[in-house]
Amino acid sequence: METVLFYIFAVLTVAGGVAMVSLRNPLSGAFALVMSMVGLAALYAMLHAEFVFILQVLVYAGAIMVLVIFTIMLLNLNREELHEVPVSRIRLLVMGAVCAGLAWAAVRVLDQVPQAKVEMVADFGSIEAVGRLMLTDFLYPFEVISLVLLVAIAGVVLLAKRRI
Amino acid sequence: MTDAIIIALKAAFIWLFPLMLVPLLIWLERKGAAFIQDRTGPNRAAIAGVRLAGVVHILADVVKLLTKEMMIPAQVNRLYFVAAPLIGFTVIMAAFAVIPWADTLVVGGREIAMQVATLNAGILYILAITSLNVYGIVLAGWASNNKFALMGGLRSSAQMISYEIPLGLSIVGLFMVFQSVQLNEIVRGQGELLFGFLPKWGIFVQPLGFLLFLVAAFAESNRNPFDLPEGESEIVAGYHVEYSGIRFALFYMGEYVAIVLSSVMIVTLFFGGWQVPWMPTDKLVAHGDLLLKVMLGAGGAGALVFAAFMFTFSRRIRGAFGDLREREGTVLGIASLAAGAAMLFFFARSFGLTLPEWGARTVATVAQVTMFAVKTLFFCWFFIWVRWSLPRFRYDQLMRLGWKRMIPLSFVNILGTGLLLLLVG
Repeated sequence: METVLFYIFAVLTVAGGVAMVSLRNPLSGAFALVMSMVGLAALYAMLHAEFVFILQVLVYAGAIMVLVIFTIMLLNLNREELHEVPVSRIRLLVMGAVCAGLAWAAVRVLDQVPQAKVEMVADFGSIEAVGRLMLTDFLYPFEVISLVLLVAIAGVVLLAKRRI
Repeated sequence: MTDAIIIALKAAFIWLFPLMLVPLLIWLERKGAAFIQDRTGPNRAAIAGVRLAGVVHILADVVKLLTKEMMIPAQVNRLYFVAAPLIGFTVIMAAFAVIPWADTLVVGGREIAMQVATLNAGILYILAITSLNVYGIVLAGWASNNKFALMGGLRSSAQMISYEIPLGLSIVGLFMVFQSVQLNEIVRGQGELLFGFLPKWGIFVQPLGFLLFLVAAFAESNRNPFDLPEGESEIVAGYHVEYSGIRFALFYMGEYVAIVLSSVMIVTLFFGGWQVPWMPTDKLVAHGDLLLKVMLGAGGAGALVFAAFMFTFSRRIRGAFGDLREREGTVLGIASLAAGAAMLFFFARSFGLTLPEWGARTVATVAQVTMFAVKTLFFCWFFIWVRWSLPRFRYDQLMRLGWKRMIPLSFVNILGTGLLLLLVG
């Protein structure tokens, strides 16, 4: 049962990603990405990471992608307005080869990792557990990330509105 | 096997609850609007002369929407155009899965949680699922290939994104007070007393949070005064301008289901959910016999009062219309009289009867479900009341309210709650 579900959601995730890069219509591409993110969220849920699953849906599928779609709709580009970018065959082949090589290396590295059985904590993935970790062991990275996000927000405002 | 049946029954209950309320709310909206604007409201649709004060009008509506041609304009993106209403409706119905409607019922050593899914993430699940609701509206607006529809979709996505933030932040203070995000835990926490006499409802411990949540919930369900996505006077009907037939009906029903969802969330978080005020579950179960008598007696008396009202009403309008409308009051009065008499009969029989343990628990559950439904209905009416009392916001006012007032206020609320909790306990 679990294996079957895993393959369903894994295929959904990967197919969404492939569709996102290959579809010509920008809005279709965005929705393919939404599909991919929902598939990923389901994979998190299968790993008992309940909180991450909720956040994946809430933040990525529910907020960030809505903003992306908002932008696409606001521009509402026709196909004629999107310029065809000429890409040479050789460059495509080289890039494909590089990507295939990287994927092969990644699989090799993953194979080297020792497969230890890890005991799962009782409240693994629950809101309480994640929150406690964030405010104790990972407080420093947590605060640094919030600072980085704040800088990004300020930077966007500065770039978008030159005269404040 | 029994478990599967129980789960199926629970899912059926929480799905039928909003779906059954939809026609009632449509009727209530029309009659409520008429009442507020000093009109009569719909009273023309009739089956063989029976009109039931406009209730028959809903049946006429359903028949109309089901038999109407489903137009697909030539210029639209067919796949998205057809998918959009389905997405919106499915998503909003799925959000009901974590709503608790009574305390855990113990029958025959089996504990039955009165909610479909007991998720650890609780309310966050509702926030996550309803955040997907915007796709239905945005897709409808974009796929219609119509400038007005696109404007509606754009407005809606901006509005939903903006008000999701105060919606989520306004209940953080509540989590801090009740130390949980699970809805059933929050409701159970609201059964305690504050200062010894006030129920510890969310509205009393989080007044500012309640106000912020109420406003954000109105905005999220696209109801007046935040119904800019369909603003008739500016963009015709917004995102559903190209829809007709049952596809339009899905949007229309979705609006009312969203009202039910918002009411249910307000009741669960801020008005004690299924809690009967001053009566926690163990007290209800301990006084099961008395509770049964009170419920039967009050129900019987209420039915008799309703019957008396109906009889006087039908006498007052006698001869005014010259058709079956004059008889409707009498028929309803007799039916109500019979129901009241039956309840009073059982009320009389219930003396000298001692309920077994499971009977008392069932009676307590029934009382809690009734309480939950009554509170929810009140807030559904509140949504209608507000719609016919307030004008629509302007777009820049909407954005200013969301970003510059509500978000800072919700941060103040979180900070204040934290400080208070630190000082008090």
